[in-house]
Amino acid sequence: MAGTIYKKPILFAVVVTVGILIGTAVMMVFPMLTPQMHPKLQNLNPYTALQLAGRDVYQEEGCFYCHTQTVRPLKAEVMRYGEYSKAGEFAYDQPFLWGSKRTGPDIARVGGKYTDKWHYKHFNDPRKLFQGSNMPSYGWLADRQVDAKAAEARMNALGFPYTKEEMAALSDKTKLDALVAYMQSLGHAVPRKPRPPMIAKGDMNPLAGDMNAVAEGKKVYEMNCAACHGVDAKGDIGPDLTDKEWLYVVGPVGDDTLFFTIADGTKKDMEFEGRRAKGGMPSWGEFFGKKKIWSLVSYIRSMEEKE
Amino acid sequence: MAEDTSYEWKPVKGFALSGLFWGAVSVLIGLIISIQLWKPELNIAPFLTYGKLRAVHVNGLAFGFAVAEIFALSYYMVQRLTRVPLLFPKLAMVQLYIFNAAIVAAAVSLLAGMTQSKEYAELEWPLDIGVVILWVMFAVNIFGTIIKRKEEQMYISLWYLIATVIAVAVLYVVNNLAIPVGLFKSYSIFAGVNDANIEWWYGHNAVGFVFTTPILAMFYYFLPKSTGMPIYSHRLSIIAFWSLVFAYLWTGAHHLVYTPLPDWIQTVGIAFTMFMIAPSWGSVVNGYYTLAPDWSQMKTNYLAKFFILGITFYGLQTIQGPTQGLRVVSQLIHYTDWVPGHVHMGTMGWVAMTVGASMYYVIPKVYNTEIYSVKLANTHFWFVLIGQLIFSITMWILGIQQGAMWKAISPDDGSLSYTFMESVVNNYPYWKMRTVGGLLFFVGLCMFAYNIVMTVLRAKKIPAPAGQGR
Repeated sequence: MAGTIYKKPILFAVVVTVGILIGTAVMMVFPMLTPQMHPKLQNLNPYTALQLAGRDVYQEEGCFYCHTQTVRPLKAEVMRYGEYSKAGEFAYDQPFLWGSKRTGPDIARVGGKYTDKWHYKHFNDPRKLFQGSNMPSYGWLADRQVDAKAAEARMNALGFPYTKEEMAALSDKTKLDALVAYMQSLGHAVPRKPRPPMIAKGDMNPLAGDMNAVAEGKKVYEMNCAACHGVDAKGDIGPDLTDKEWLYVVGPVGDDTLFFTIADGTKKDMEFEGRRAKGGMPSWGEFFGKKKIWSLVSYIRSMEEKE
Repeated sequence: MAEDTSYEWKPVKGFALSGLFWGAVSVLIGLIISIQLWKPELNIAPFLTYGKLRAVHVNGLAFGFAVAEIFALSYYMVQRLTRVPLLFPKLAMVQLYIFNAAIVAAAVSLLAGMTQSKEYAELEWPLDIGVVILWVMFAVNIFGTIIKRKEEQMYISLWYLIATVIAVAVLYVVNNLAIPVGLFKSYSIFAGVNDANIEWWYGHNAVGFVFTTPILAMFYYFLPKSTGMPIYSHRLSIIAFWSLVFAYLWTGAHHLVYTPLPDWIQTVGIAFTMFMIAPSWGSVVNGYYTLAPDWSQMKTNYLAKFFILGITFYGLQTIQGPTQGLRVVSQLIHYTDWVPGHVHMGTMGWVAMTVGASMYYVIPKVYNTEIYSVKLANTHFWFVLIGQLIFSITMWILGIQQGAMWKAISPDDGSLSYTFMESVVNNYPYWKMRTVGGLLFFVGLCMFAYNIVMTVLRAKKIPAPAGQGR
């Protein structure tokens, strides 16, 4: 009779063990034995010693409690963060750091989005860049040296390649340097598809001369752009917007170039009207839409005129 | 009865009071980090930042509070249900000392940033070994005592305890496998997608076999004991037990919906998660029908109130959880504050109420006295209930708002309606409200702690007349 199992603790324990091992075998052990759980994208690189040191800081400080590192294949999410995450992007992640909560934004694609200077300033005092931010300040990490000796042992433990020079260079790096290097390493294994252009080349600002557009542009500027370009737009992390210089060359640029710079951001060596960008401007097209971007162009033009 | 005097209550007392202490400290830390979320200046680097304290809060409550009370109440139940004293009482006392030393070491190491960075498995490898040793000690005493038992039939609570002992051992050992680099650092032996799958196979079942099965063991034992009503249906408890134990291990992937984890694993995980409603509600229904012949106890017996509200939150939790697993719901609320709202209904509602009531029952028994104040226990009940409801409901509302703001697209030009920062700014009033809920809960918990401590102190001062000990 089946009821006797409740009088036989050892038999009972065996049946329970078998019971829990069935689900375990199907959902955990079996997938582990198949290649689908061990994919690696072709242009995925192991972490450098500095990046790994930064990843260790990311773990130590519990950053993963507030930031995720996986973009879901949902329309708004891809717009906000970039291409959705692929299984083959995480082959060197021991442990994975996908996280489970977005108190801050996802950072799977943050690498290259901002300049190093932006990151230092932001870690130092997040509220300088985002007034409403509740992220703790991490400027104190600049007073902590990376432990070069430990770094070598850690690289060896994970089997990542490194050079002697790379290790020697670690000795004058701080934990903040390492953390910034880690931020910049994130999310490059998947090629970033260019978005179809939002306007045609040569388009002129349809809102030119509209004073309401200047006011609207000023509002958008203050909320989103002032942190990097300064409240007076005289430049800080990003360049001065009130002068005649555009992308390091003095001389006028078309409305369309201003539009594209705001909408798509800049990457190193991108070309705009023969000018070469150094990179570091994030793309805002997904957030602002055409009208707000043209308003911004109006606002920038209004400042130029005052000069 | 003559055999009563030979029961070993010392480990029960030790673990119960240790757990109470760690629980109070960890809830206080929870209160502090809830304030840090809306007052970032309160992050004091390097040790007292949110990223460090959150780990201490969660581990303090999972290991310091829940596991300690599981040890305490299991050692009580196993002696009562087998009608023999604990087989190795000295081992249990050694376990108690190691346990407290391990909790101190765990807190210090987490504040120092030593973490494996896997949720519920943060502790570094030397402490993992300590946890395994403690668990083996627990297993030896539980199994040893059961094997030596005088009561032939094993009661439901013993089934759940056996399942707890086995499942936690398997889960904990596998998920914590790591490559050590020195004493304070290790890297997971698993990588990427596979690591994620193993972590949430573990993570969800840590919830299952720490916050569910041992708590159900308490529920099935202490509800009938404190109300005098036998469990409504033995057959229902059999069905609920086996289906829960079988299905739980399949469900972890619902934590990884829409991640790069292969779709089939997500889908099977979601399907089993939906199935889990059945065994969960088996216990809920059994609990309600147990008290059904005499609902007046909800007014007259404060313990009945705790247990019935506790199982109610278990029921709500096990409806809400599977709903969240569905892709259509997950896409909206995953990664939002909805999730801490969900988690805290389970912990502050189901776990804290059931454990609290069990302790109200056990402490007077093992100290051979009466509870210090029933009135205070009633006040405790209302504070933790209202505190928890404010916490959870606030977070659910906020979670839906966050999810909606993140996905909102302007109908005019198809651009995103809100920047991330705009969604953060929207959080502040809700986060403050959560702190209010947490504060009420903490005050309730302090009443509980005071009541227990006074019960203990009074028992030591005025020994109860001989023959009253049970």
